[in-house]
Amino acid sequence: MDYSMQDLMAITAMQGFAGLSFFSVLLLMALGLAIIFGQMRVINMAHGEFMVLGAYTTYMVSTLASGLGPWATEYYILLAIPLAFLSAFLFGMLIEVLMIRHLYHRPLDTLLATWGLALVMQQGFRSIFGAREVSPSTPSWLEGSWRPTPMIDIPINGMAIMVLTVIVTLGVVWLMYRSRWGLRVRSTMASREMSAAVGINTRWVDRLTFALGCGVAGIAGAAFTMISSTGPTSGTLYIVDTFLVVVFGGAGSISGTVVSAFLIAQGQSILEFFLGSSMAKVTTLLVIIAILMMRPEGLFKSKVRR
Amino acid sequence: MTDSKKPSFTRRRLLKSMAALPIMATGIAGSGSLFAKPATSEINTTGLAVTDDTVKVGILHSLTGTMAISETGSVEAETLAIEQINEMGGILGRKLEIITEDGASDWPTFAQRARKLLREDNVASIMGCWTSASRKAVLPVLERENGLLYYPTFYEGLEQSPNVIYTGQEATQQVLASLNWLYNEKGVRTFYLVGSDYIWPRTTMKIARIHIEQHLDGASVVGEDYAPLGHTSFGSMINRIRLRRPDAIYGAVVGGSNVAFFRQLVSAGLDGSNQTLLNLATTEDEVLGIGGENVEGFYSSMKYFQSLDNENNQEFVRAFKERWGEDSVIGDVTQAAYLGPWLWKEAVERAGSFDVAKVTAHSPGIELNQAPEGYVKVHDNHHLWSKTRIGQWRRDGQADVVWESDLIEPDPFPEGYQ
Repeated sequence: MDYSMQDLMAITAMQGFAGLSFFSVLLLMALGLAIIFGQMRVINMAHGEFMVLGAYTTYMVSTLASGLGPWATEYYILLAIPLAFLSAFLFGMLIEVLMIRHLYHRPLDTLLATWGLALVMQQGFRSIFGAREVSPSTPSWLEGSWRPTPMIDIPINGMAIMVLTVIVTLGVVWLMYRSRWGLRVRSTMASREMSAAVGINTRWVDRLTFALGCGVAGIAGAAFTMISSTGPTSGTLYIVDTFLVVVFGGAGSISGTVVSAFLIAQGQSILEFFLGSSMAKVTTLLVIIAILMMRPEGLFKSKVRR
Repeated sequence: MTDSKKPSFTRRRLLKSMAALPIMATGIAGSGSLFAKPATSEINTTGLAVTDDTVKVGILHSLTGTMAISETGSVEAETLAIEQINEMGGILGRKLEIITEDGASDWPTFAQRARKLLREDNVASIMGCWTSASRKAVLPVLERENGLLYYPTFYEGLEQSPNVIYTGQEATQQVLASLNWLYNEKGVRTFYLVGSDYIWPRTTMKIARIHIEQHLDGASVVGEDYAPLGHTSFGSMINRIRLRRPDAIYGAVVGGSNVAFFRQLVSAGLDGSNQTLLNLATTEDEVLGIGGENVEGFYSSMKYFQSLDNENNQEFVRAFKERWGEDSVIGDVTQAAYLGPWLWKEAVERAGSFDVAKVTAHSPGIELNQAPEGYVKVHDNHHLWSKTRIGQWRRDGQADVVWESDLIEPDPFPEGYQ
């Protein structure tokens, strides 16, 4: 088949955007886990379910908003995102108090316990919201595409997620590396005894770090309602990709997570274009496994002293 | 010729008038009182759970797990049909007693639950299964324990068990009619095939490709793509499609991926106004999740749509909503599931027995005029003769039926398509 130069340029531009869009999705999913797994070494298998919690919060806000009139259905998402953060944050804190804090010295048990938690949450969602997948109505200003030229369509919801990812990432980086609280988190993770000795309340540091990771997962869930639907078991779809990004990037480093998400997204998206989705996924996984065999610590070695 | 047809015609009419009698009887003097009930020992010689007043029937679907989304509608339809049959006095004077088992979206669990239903509960028949994988898991159990399954889902064909009645369409019924329609009515010459990556879409697309390349003059397949189940990033696939500029996208994308696929398609600027798309697995259930605004103008090929305009269907939709809530929607499989208990009732009454061998022997040739989808008839190969319809989706999540085929013969082993 013959393609004109214009065709190829347009496809290249859109393909580049598809990669960036997938990158922001992966990064948003992985940020919360990077905080929890990277900083605290807690393997949170229920991470996907915290995203779903955020998504259902968004769905509830949208349902309530649709009763208030058309202006509410247009802008509910602006309220839904902070609320999704809040609900996942508070629930995360509750889980930390009830469950996680008893298991800090038994990392393998947290894996089992949080997996159990994931199952419980899934059944909870099913009992409350039903087995059918739901999706809140998309505000009309997020629908459709932006056309810089007649050949190029850039999805607006993709751009919205990208903007959100940039904001959340900058927020997390500032919190972890520029704020006093972040300093306390990093010092606690470096040496719990010393930090306690200089007067840091390490119990609260743990609690807030875990809750923050869950809250960020909630934001991711809220954002995904723009591109996909939400069901009780949607979380299980996200968890593999999420761990992949964090482990590949090297646990404990936010910049590692960013780079890893970028490489995986662009790699898979380009491969997908040439090989089709299933083969692209297989190839990406094989490459990641090969790299992890050579560099078990991931791309960026963790600078946390142990 | 005419001579040999005559007796069957009169017998059919007789049966029909008999079927109508219980309804009248309930109005006059309570059910069954006009007939002497056949003795239990006569109608059950194989140890099924049939008493003088009741008969046990199993419902086996995923009530939990990822498939619960799809299978809930089938459970609701089967329950409704059984309740309606009971109101009419049951089958051979026996009320149906439902035993529900949860396959939990896990195929070995399906087999184990089926074994339990057949061995411990001795159910006379099972309404159930949804995915092909669950049916394949249950099949050996059915054949060993001599059970009877009514299977509601449209599926890839290539199967015909003496122990299963298939109430959904097999692939050729759905695929060939819709491809011909696209070719003839829409003038489509280039097709782009997309699907989720598992047995049903792959088999279906194999049939589609052979039909396009060998039977549609001048038509061609310009691309074929599969995405893993649960895939949510379709950007690259959509770009591939754009580059090929097909006259039509022919899809078999299922489940949660459906939602992501359509949303991203529309936000990439391909929608019902500028791109012909026909997806096989989109029913009213899926549209509920996708959102009508994202499928508006696209097509689906199914044997049933909720908006079907006939008296049977209006009555069915009314009864379904009364039982399961005003907001419930009815998809293709839900309607097919509703047929199961009615076909079974008809077969048992013809056979005069609950024995599985007799029931299946009397199944071919059964006609239902009251089906919501219209007239259906059981073929010797245990599938249904049915019509295929093309629906065009509206913003409110319902479809306008824009085309309807003649009655299509089921052909689970299509020659030249394998």
